[in-house]
Amino acid sequence: MQQIINFVLRNKTFLVFLLLFGLSLFFTIQSHSYHKSKFINSSNVVTGTAYKTANGIGKYFSLGKENKALLEENRMLKSIVHNMDMDTLRLDYIDSVRLDSHFKFRTADVYKNSYSQTANYLTINKGEKDHIKIDHGVITSQGIVGIIENTSQNFSSVLSILNTRSRINAQLKKTNHIGSLVWNTESAEFAQLIDISKFAPVAIGDTIITGGQSTIFPKGILIGTINSFKIDTGGDTYIVNVKLFNDMTNIGHVYVIENLQASEIRSLQKPKDD
Amino acid sequence: MTKLTLNMTARFVVLVLVQVLIFNHIDFMGYINPYVYVLFVLLYPANNNRTLFIFLAFLLGLCVDVFSDSGGVHAAACLTIAYIRPVFLKFSFGTVYDYQSIKFDQIDFGNKLTYFSALVFIHHLIMFSLEIFNISKIILILEKTLFSGIFTILLCLIITILFSPKRK
Repeated sequence: MQQIINFVLRNKTFLVFLLLFGLSLFFTIQSHSYHKSKFINSSNVVTGTAYKTANGIGKYFSLGKENKALLEENRMLKSIVHNMDMDTLRLDYIDSVRLDSHFKFRTADVYKNSYSQTANYLTINKGEKDHIKIDHGVITSQGIVGIIENTSQNFSSVLSILNTRSRINAQLKKTNHIGSLVWNTESAEFAQLIDISKFAPVAIGDTIITGGQSTIFPKGILIGTINSFKIDTGGDTYIVNVKLFNDMTNIGHVYVIENLQASEIRSLQKPKDD
Repeated sequence: MTKLTLNMTARFVVLVLVQVLIFNHIDFMGYINPYVYVLFVLLYPANNNRTLFIFLAFLLGLCVDVFSDSGGVHAAACLTIAYIRPVFLKFSFGTVYDYQSIKFDQIDFGNKLTYFSALVFIHHLIMFSLEIFNISKIILILEKTLFSGIFTILLCLIITILFSPKRK
């Protein structure tokens, strides 16, 4: 017994090192698996407040650009509204319970954004208090950004599409061929669409949108255009390089989408998966 | 002693904040960021309690990890360089130095450069390996280590020169 105690005392630095190293490896491995990074994430009070203060100083420098983006979005929405058939428009206002109004949009400010690592996250200024929950979608007026990964009272962290763990259901705009949007870490401008069937009419310049299969995003949110494509080594599917509409390096304001029917759809799909 | 503790606490907090609020967002050429917070580990007094030191290094890395959502990669890298630091102190400053009493503001530029480079490159290699976590991307790991490492070493040297106490 005496010897064991002596051994521990003599090697205490090494033992502390081993213990802490094991702990950090545990955190690292946990952060590589989906929805497991519970302890170490930037949606807590301390980091949220620090980023909030820094953002409060920094946001004035990009006001001009933000205004321009808002103006552009307004122009687009106005052109949709005024080109719509007046009857459908009026019907929407009279009938208070619209059939397709099961997506709820909320706005949020981005406090922190990263795009140079292989696992990128954003931190936004809305949390559980604003009814934001895990697995809500995040978009901007130009295209998709990511999915809510962790929430606290006042802040949430967002799994960016520029993350090797991100996998988003997407499809070609002109046909219904679906695939998965992933990221190969090479450039913040491009993401990759994989598992597109080789029968799909893929052409450079075509638009990629979100597919209707996920319960997170509504169908038809813009993602990007096809920049180049090649056949997978297996020979059955295309790997498509997608140029994102969103400039992921410059994101100020985002919309968080809640699908009010998500749980219903999931409970319907569950028995099939088992 | 209390002055030293206060000094170290201030350095810890300032380096973490500067790292996460400024240096994490430089993204030079798209992906090159300096990791200046390792200065805390590099310049920690050599004659102090070693167990406390490696624990502080772990805590430093973990703080940066929490801010940048990276799991435990900074913590692991910081912890390792803190643990193996005595070897590199001996290697860079020679056995003629009694490495228990090095004053970091009174050492040669050449020695400082070797010491900084060795530890910074080890730190970056461990950090990027764990972050990318994929042996088939070894080229990307080495590339990031090299470029970010050079950036970090340059900034560390500049900061130590700027903030060193006046000699004359």
